[in-house]
Amino acid sequence: MTDANVNATNGNGSTPGSVPLSPENAQVIALTRKDFVSDQEVRWCPGCGDYSILAQTQKVMPDFGFPRENIVFISGIGCSGRLPYYMNTYGFHTIHGRAPTLATGLKAARPDLMVWVITGDGDALSIGGNHVIHSMRRNVDINLVMFNNRIYGLTKGQASPTSEFGKRTKSTPAGTVDTPIQPLTVALAAEASFVARSVDTHTEHLQQTLERAGYHRGSAFIEVLQNCNIFNDGAWRDFTDREVREDRMLVLEHGKPMIFGKDRDKGIRLVGLHPEVVTIGENGITEADLLVHDETAEEPYLALILSRMFWPDFPVPVGVFRAVPRPTHDKLIEDQLAAAVAKSGPGDLAAVINGGETWTVE
Amino acid sequence: MTATRERDTDVEELERVTIRFAGDSGDGMQLTGTQFTRTAAVFGNDISTFPDFPAEIRAPAGSLPGVSGFQISFSSTDIHTPGDEPDVLVAMNPAALKTNIGDLPAGGALIVNSDAFTQQNLNKAAFTSNPLTDGSLKAFTVFEVPISTLNERSLDGLDMTSKQKDLTKNFFALGLMFWLYERSMDPTLHWIDQKFSARPVIADANKRALKAGYAFGETTEAFHTHYRVRPAKLDAGTYRNITGNEATALGFLAASKLAGRQLFYGSYPITPASDILHQLSGYKSFGVKTFQAEDEIAAIGAAIGASYGGALGLTASSGPGIALKSEAMGLAVMVELPLIVIDVQRAGPSTGMPTKNEQADLLQVMFGRNADSPIPIVAPATPGECFDYAIEACRLALKYMTPVAFMSDAFLATGSEPWRIPAVADLPDISVVNATDASSFRPYLRDPHTLARPWAVPGTPGLEHRIGGLEKADVTGNVSYDPDNHHRMQQLRAAKVAGIADDIPPLEVFGPEQGELLILGWGSTYGAIRSAVERLTADGKSDAHAHLRHLNPFPKNTETVLRRYRRVLIPEVNLGQLLMLVRAKYLIDAVGYDRVRGKPFRIAEIVAEADRILGATAGGSVASELGAAQP
Repeated sequence: MTDANVNATNGNGSTPGSVPLSPENAQVIALTRKDFVSDQEVRWCPGCGDYSILAQTQKVMPDFGFPRENIVFISGIGCSGRLPYYMNTYGFHTIHGRAPTLATGLKAARPDLMVWVITGDGDALSIGGNHVIHSMRRNVDINLVMFNNRIYGLTKGQASPTSEFGKRTKSTPAGTVDTPIQPLTVALAAEASFVARSVDTHTEHLQQTLERAGYHRGSAFIEVLQNCNIFNDGAWRDFTDREVREDRMLVLEHGKPMIFGKDRDKGIRLVGLHPEVVTIGENGITEADLLVHDETAEEPYLALILSRMFWPDFPVPVGVFRAVPRPTHDKLIEDQLAAAVAKSGPGDLAAVINGGETWTVE
Repeated sequence: MTATRERDTDVEELERVTIRFAGDSGDGMQLTGTQFTRTAAVFGNDISTFPDFPAEIRAPAGSLPGVSGFQISFSSTDIHTPGDEPDVLVAMNPAALKTNIGDLPAGGALIVNSDAFTQQNLNKAAFTSNPLTDGSLKAFTVFEVPISTLNERSLDGLDMTSKQKDLTKNFFALGLMFWLYERSMDPTLHWIDQKFSARPVIADANKRALKAGYAFGETTEAFHTHYRVRPAKLDAGTYRNITGNEATALGFLAASKLAGRQLFYGSYPITPASDILHQLSGYKSFGVKTFQAEDEIAAIGAAIGASYGGALGLTASSGPGIALKSEAMGLAVMVELPLIVIDVQRAGPSTGMPTKNEQADLLQVMFGRNADSPIPIVAPATPGECFDYAIEACRLALKYMTPVAFMSDAFLATGSEPWRIPAVADLPDISVVNATDASSFRPYLRDPHTLARPWAVPGTPGLEHRIGGLEKADVTGNVSYDPDNHHRMQQLRAAKVAGIADDIPPLEVFGPEQGELLILGWGSTYGAIRSAVERLTADGKSDAHAHLRHLNPFPKNTETVLRRYRRVLIPEVNLGQLLMLVRAKYLIDAVGYDRVRGKPFRIAEIVAEADRILGATAGGSVASELGAAQP
C-alpha cells in the first residue's frame, strides 16, 4: 500500500517479469507450435483461409521467445474473432469492433505482455474503424492482424467496406454503391508504425510477415488477404493463384528495386506522382530507373503510393510497406509516471486527501 | 464592533445566509462563488453550494442564456442544502437580474452593478423599462452600486486596458460581500498571489479590486448593517471543502491503494464528468494511468482491458455516454471482471441540458443492456459521500468480480460541502487475491459464498484460458450453447448480484421507526429531504426519512422498513424511476413526487408535498385504501 506504483497484478505476488523479445530466449524457453494449440475444436468452414492464418500464427509464436502466459490474443466479432479460442495463450473474444480498445487498456496497464489483435475487414474498418485509427496513431504496441475477405461471412454474405464497387451480395442485389476502403492507406494515414500485407495461402511469406510484426515495437497493421470459400470464393484468386502470382504481385524488399514477374523483367517506376509498370530492357529502361523500396522512410509517401496499387492496374504489393521506430503508447505513459515520481516522490495518499485548505474543529 | 472600523455599523447575528452571485458567464461568477465558499469553509461555517451555469462557454455578453450563477448557503448550524432561495442576490447585469429575481423573496437584498444597466444591456435582457427606476423592484432592498466605475477607479495607474480592468470587477463584488459578512480577505489574497504569480500586474489588479470592494462596504452610507454568521458546531476533526467530483476522484485513488491495484481510468470528455479525468490525470506519482479515449466505447473498452490485466479499471461518463457504453457493460457482465462505471447524471433525454441536474438514468443503468444483465449500483447522497461510495463500489467490484455502477449527478458533482477528512488507516482493506494454482483453476468455478469467479490475469503460468462475450459453460468457461447451461448461468449471474444484499448495511431511518409517512430518496435529493423532515419535525409532525445508497440490490430490510409506514413518498428528479422499482419489487403503493427542472429540489416543495399527502391521509380515504399494507 505504500508503493508508489502499485503493480496491476498485485494480489499474491504473481507479477510476471518483463521478458525480452529475442530468438535467444526462444531457445531457452523452447516452445513448439504444438504448445500454442488449444484443446478447443476449430470450427471454421472446411477450406476457409482462416485455418492457414491460425497455423502460421501458431508456427511463429515460439520464435519470439515469450512465455506462453505472457501472450494475449484479443479479437472482435466475425469469423476471425474465434481465433483466440484456438490459441493456447490468454485470449479474449470481445465485442464487435472494440478489440483494439481492450488491447489499448491491457497494454497500457501491462506493458510486459505481447498483445495480438485479431480482426476482419468489417470488424476493423466498419464498426471498429475509429478504434483502429486511434490505436495506430497512439502507437499502441499491438499486432493487429486484419483478415480481409471482402465480405461479411459470419452473417452470411453481406457487402463489407472492402467489397469492390458494384459487388452484388445478399444485401446489395443491384451491386454496392459504396466505394471500398484500401486498408493499408487507412493504416498509413493513421500513423501506424508498421504496415504490411500478406496472403493466407502464401504460408512462408505470411510467417515472415507475422514474425516481422511480432518483433516490431509499436502499432503493427497486417492485412492478410484471406479467402472465404463459402460467401466470396476466389476473392483474390486473380493475382494470388500459383500460376499468376509472380506476374501479378510485387514482393516488397527493403532496399531493393521493385521488380516482379516470372522472368524478373517487370518493374515499377515513378512518373510525377504516379507509379508506372515498365519492362526492363524496353525503351531504355534499366534497374536504375526503378523505385527502390524503403520501409524506413520518415514520411510514408512511398508506402502510400504502394498502398494504392492494386490488380488489375498494378501488381499487388505484399510485404512490409512501412516499419519505423516510434515511442510506444505504454512507454510514453510509463515515462510520465516515472517523471512524476522523480519530480515529487511517490504519491502520498494522506497528503493528497489532506490537500488544499483545511481547518480543524476541536 | 471592532475599534478599527472607521464608522459604526450595526452587526446583526444570523444563523444562516444564502447568497447568489449572478452575472455573465464571462464575469467570473463561478470563481467569485468558489472564493466565498473557501473563505466560509475555512472560517468554520457549514456550507452547501450550487453552481448553476450554462453549457455555452461564452454566450453573447449580456444575453439571457449567458447568465451564470453560484449559490452558497453558509451557516452556524448543520445544513444539508444550498438554500431554497437567496437572502442576497448579487446581479452583475440586467440579464442576471431578469433570470434570478424571481427566486428572491420579498424583502430580500438585491445588490446590482448599476453601471451595467445601459440601454443596450436592458435591450439584450428584454427589459422594456429600467427596473432600477420603474418601481418593479420595490419589494426588495435594493443596493445600486456602480461597481464597474468604482472598480476601474481603484485600478488607476495600472498598465491595463479598460477591458482587462473590467474583468476584475467580480473581485470588487466579492470584497463587498466579504465586508458585509465579516469575512477575512486573506485566503483570497493568498489565492490571487499564487494563481497570478507569473502576472504581477493582474495579481495586483485583482487584489486592489477586492480591497476596494471591501473598503466601499466599510465607508459607504448605503449599508447600515453587516452580518455575522458564527462557525458551525461540526463533529471534531479536520475538514476541507470538497465537491462531489473531487471526492469521487479522491475516493477511487484511495480505493486503488486500498486494493493494492493500479488505477486505470478510461474516459471521454463529457459534462459534468470531465473534472474527474482532470483530477485523476494529476495523480501520476501514484501510478494512476489515465486514458483520454477516442470515444465513450473506447474508454470503457480500455478499462475492461486494464481490468483483464489485473488493474482496477474505471470509466466515467454522463447519460449519453453511458448509452454508448451499454454493450461493453454487458461484456463485463458476461466475462465477470471488476469494473467501475461512473455516471454523473445530467438532464436529458439526448443532449438535454448538459450542465443541469437530473437523476433520471437509474433505469438506464439498471436495465439498459441487452438481456438480463444485472449490475450492482451505488449512489452517494452528498458530495463528501462520493469518497466513501467510490471505495464501496470498488470493494463490490473486486469481491464479486462484477461491473459496478456509481451514480452521481451534476448537483453532487459541482456542489460542495465541508468534508471531514478520514484517516487513511481507518479506511477498509478491499484487496483480493489473484488465482495462481493451475491444478485447481477453472475459469468459471465460483466462490461458494460470493459466487465470484477467479481472477486469472495474463502472465500467470498455467492459467492460460479464453474468455469472451459468448455464453460460457458453467465451471469450464468454454463456449456453450447448451440450453440448460444458459438458464443456469443467467440464474447464477443474477444470484451473484442479488447476494450482495447480505454484504451491505441495512437501510436506516431518520425520525420515527414507524408512522404515517416515510420519505424515501436516493442520490442528491438527500439534503432537501433531510431538511424537509427536520422542518416537519420542528413543526410537530412525525415524518421519517430513509435514503438508499445501494440501489441494486436494495438493502435486505428495505421492504420491512417501508411497510412500517402508512404512506411512502419518493421525491425524485425524474418522472418516477425509483418509484417504479420499489412498487415492482415490493408491491407497495408508494407515491412519487417529481420535479425535473434541471435544479435540485427545494425544501419547501417537499414539505408541502408531505403535508399534502398527510392531509389526504387524514381525510381517511387513503388510509383505509392502504389498510392491507399495514404491518
